Amino acid sequence: MTAPTFDLGKLHGGLRLTANKSSSTATPILDMPIPEQLVLPITQHVGDPAHPVVGIGERVLKGQLLAESDSALGAPVHASSSGKVIAIEPWPVSRRNGDTAPCIIIESDGADKPIERAESAPDFTTLEPDVLLTQILHGGIVGLGGAVFPTAQKLMQARTCELSYLILNGVECEPYISCDDMLMRERAAEIISGAEILMHALQLDVCYIVVESDKPEALHTLGDVLAELHDNRIILKQVPSIYPSGGEDQLVQLVTNREVPSGGLPTDAGCLVQNVGTAAAIHDWVIDHEPLISRIITITGDGVASPMNVRARIGTTVADAINFTGGYTERAEQLIIGGLMTGRSVTTDRVPLVKASNCVLVLSETPSPGAEMPCIRCGNCADVCPVQLLPQQLFWYACADDERKLREFGLTDCIECGCCDLVCPSHIPLTFDFRMAKGRIRELADEKARAARARKRFEARNERLDLEQSKRDSELALQKKSVKQAGPAAIAEILKRKRQQDEED
Amino acid sequence: MDFPHREAPYVGPKADVAALMLQVLAALVPAALAHIWFFGPGFLFNLLVAAIFAAAGEIVMLKLRSRQPETGLSDFSALVTAALLAFALPSLTPWWVTASGALFAIVIAKHLYGGLGFNIFNPAMAGYVMILVAFPVHLNLWVAPRMGDIDYQTLTMLQTLQFTLTGLLPDSISFDAISRATPLDAMKAGLNNMQTVTEIKALPIMGSIGGRGWEWVGIFLAVGGIWLLIKKIIRWQIPAGVGIGLLLPATIIYILDPGANPGPGFHLFGGGAILCAFFIATDPVSAASSPKGRFVFGLGVGLLIYAIRRWGSYSDGVAFAILIMNMSVPAIDYLTRPHIVGHDDEAERH
Repeated sequence: MTAPTFDLGKLHGGLRLTANKSSSTATPILDMPIPEQLVLPITQHVGDPAHPVVGIGERVLKGQLLAESDSALGAPVHASSSGKVIAIEPWPVSRRNGDTAPCIIIESDGADKPIERAESAPDFTTLEPDVLLTQILHGGIVGLGGAVFPTAQKLMQARTCELSYLILNGVECEPYISCDDMLMRERAAEIISGAEILMHALQLDVCYIVVESDKPEALHTLGDVLAELHDNRIILKQVPSIYPSGGEDQLVQLVTNREVPSGGLPTDAGCLVQNVGTAAAIHDWVIDHEPLISRIITITGDGVASPMNVRARIGTTVADAINFTGGYTERAEQLIIGGLMTGRSVTTDRVPLVKASNCVLVLSETPSPGAEMPCIRCGNCADVCPVQLLPQQLFWYACADDERKLREFGLTDCIECGCCDLVCPSHIPLTFDFRMAKGRIRELADEKARAARARKRFEARNERLDLEQSKRDSELALQKKSVKQAGPAAIAEILKRKRQQDEED
Repeated sequence: MDFPHREAPYVGPKADVAALMLQVLAALVPAALAHIWFFGPGFLFNLLVAAIFAAAGEIVMLKLRSRQPETGLSDFSALVTAALLAFALPSLTPWWVTASGALFAIVIAKHLYGGLGFNIFNPAMAGYVMILVAFPVHLNLWVAPRMGDIDYQTLTMLQTLQFTLTGLLPDSISFDAISRATPLDAMKAGLNNMQTVTEIKALPIMGSIGGRGWEWVGIFLAVGGIWLLIKKIIRWQIPAGVGIGLLLPATIIYILDPGANPGPGFHLFGGGAILCAFFIATDPVSAASSPKGRFVFGLGVGLLIYAIRRWGSYSDGVAFAILIMNMSVPAIDYLTRPHIVGHDDEAERH
């Protein structure tokens, strides 16, 4: 079955980037053995941190709960293999570019003994959607596309909105990354099963699986599975490979021609977007009862000896993963977790792979962009901006730190895709400048909020003091009044007593 | 293993200001050759003088502003300014006229506003207007275009150089023998003398669409401009705006009264319209930069060129049209902001 490209929405700008994916898709996904040591950051997702529920020295089993979150926005962390907790300590993490954050460190015993699950869960189709969502919550499943939003919470929020489509995101538009492509080629059935679970949980009956046209094998496999399934609720859509069509809001626009409102969510446009990897993880948890303890990761770039996709346990360090694939080349100069355009540059390969890690990209020294020159207002940046901003104007206002204008010209709508950087003839690091400006705006807002709170406190204090003062004043007045009233009587009394004394003498 | 920290994206930019400027210069080459062919080697001397003084102005100003003179020169923007000025000047121009125009362009119009990227006015046009005001006589002396059937005298390369350096012609040659009015001047003067367009167009300096020589320079400029469009160095909105702004009123008024108004072809190829549409109005620094804004900017330039030619006292209006529209850029950019994805424009306006 072929997937037609049809009635696409308009997406402004974007770039056709060199894909650089063929080297990592040449071989099938390789299962990586369990490393001796697993490093599991307690916080692997957007939102509030989880807290550990195991102690140092405790033996844990594969799939056992290690850390849980009791807040509204959080996700639990499970042991990716069996072994002993040897430390809970700060360790370099990719989320902080190689700086440390609390991690649970497990010395694996190699047995990979799973925790015993309660009797097999009933068929999901018989479950109430809310029960199913709670079940997904316990699987520790987060968005695997990179944003790592806890999936259960995303679905619960979506349940409160009026939805029309579920969109499965198979648009892997960043260069080098191919883990979703390989997943679609090898586990199409699980993705589609995950889609069915999601549709049941959301009570939706239209699901688009969206894949770029440069992934013919993935399209073919998905098409074959769908053809066998005869589920006409699930529709495969093919989109041109233009970066950044895989961004959530961009994908909604591309598929439905609806714009996600500024500051809003895709659910405001009636869509729920999930990565294909997340759908497969949901299948693994709901059907096979395996929580999210491993994922497919692309290890690639001209800094690694043999680029490939591996399925690694969460907590495997980047160093272990790269050693497994054949090590670095001599040219390895730059380590990036994520993609070429939006990934995180990390300073050490001791960082563990987490639920969010879709790609380990090792590059030889990137060519120096040359000196930054003044903006000549050529407008190339505005031409490629997928949100239709005017980066040349934003840059101007960012230099001037003009918060009002920055807001007016949509700084907060910038998705930091990096397209403008690539086309700028003056080599201005626009994305970085905008990231900084956003930070300053946030700081300013925080400061304003703090100032408002302080003012409120101050006013409340003044009010209290005023109240106390007036209370004191009225008491004093009362006393004075009583003294005044009592005064003449007292004097008369004293005089009277004196007179009596005189008479007695 | 440890690695350095960088900021995303991790891929270098593809474009380069210097490469951009060099492509603009390359696009001017065919027209420059045509210019030299039709109007003699004076263009080369003008270009040389303009380039030397523009570069000198750039170096001195960058030094005064405590910047690196090398980086300022290596972007070739001063050379583009010099080239555009050379195209605007008659091929016989004394060096001090060209030099003062180039210095005014670079020192006053460019660097006093903050240098590359910050100038409000198109430097070349600011320099040209300065010459127009300070040395008006020198802009009237265009040599006659090379054409077999025109009775004209030509200067040798040496004589041209001599004029450029001294402002004097050899004793044996008079100005009248070598110079001719520009097609637009001739048209304006003729119409003022109550001649009809047909009569004026019968003059030997007139070509088949514009002026002799002028039309060929125009055609080669258009070829260069279209190449820049294809290479995406410039975008279609400004040339299209200038074209529509100039040709729409020209066509309508020509249809209403063809005897007293030259047709759209003459307006396009008779003066500086093509140079303006592809090379001057498209200067990104001083033009509007939103996509819609670029069209509005071009449209304004085109309309003003026509208005100045038709109703003004100057025969061509390119430089004034550009400077006036340069002043309007902030307003145009503000009023033509594109719709930001996800914004409710109606709600925000209220």
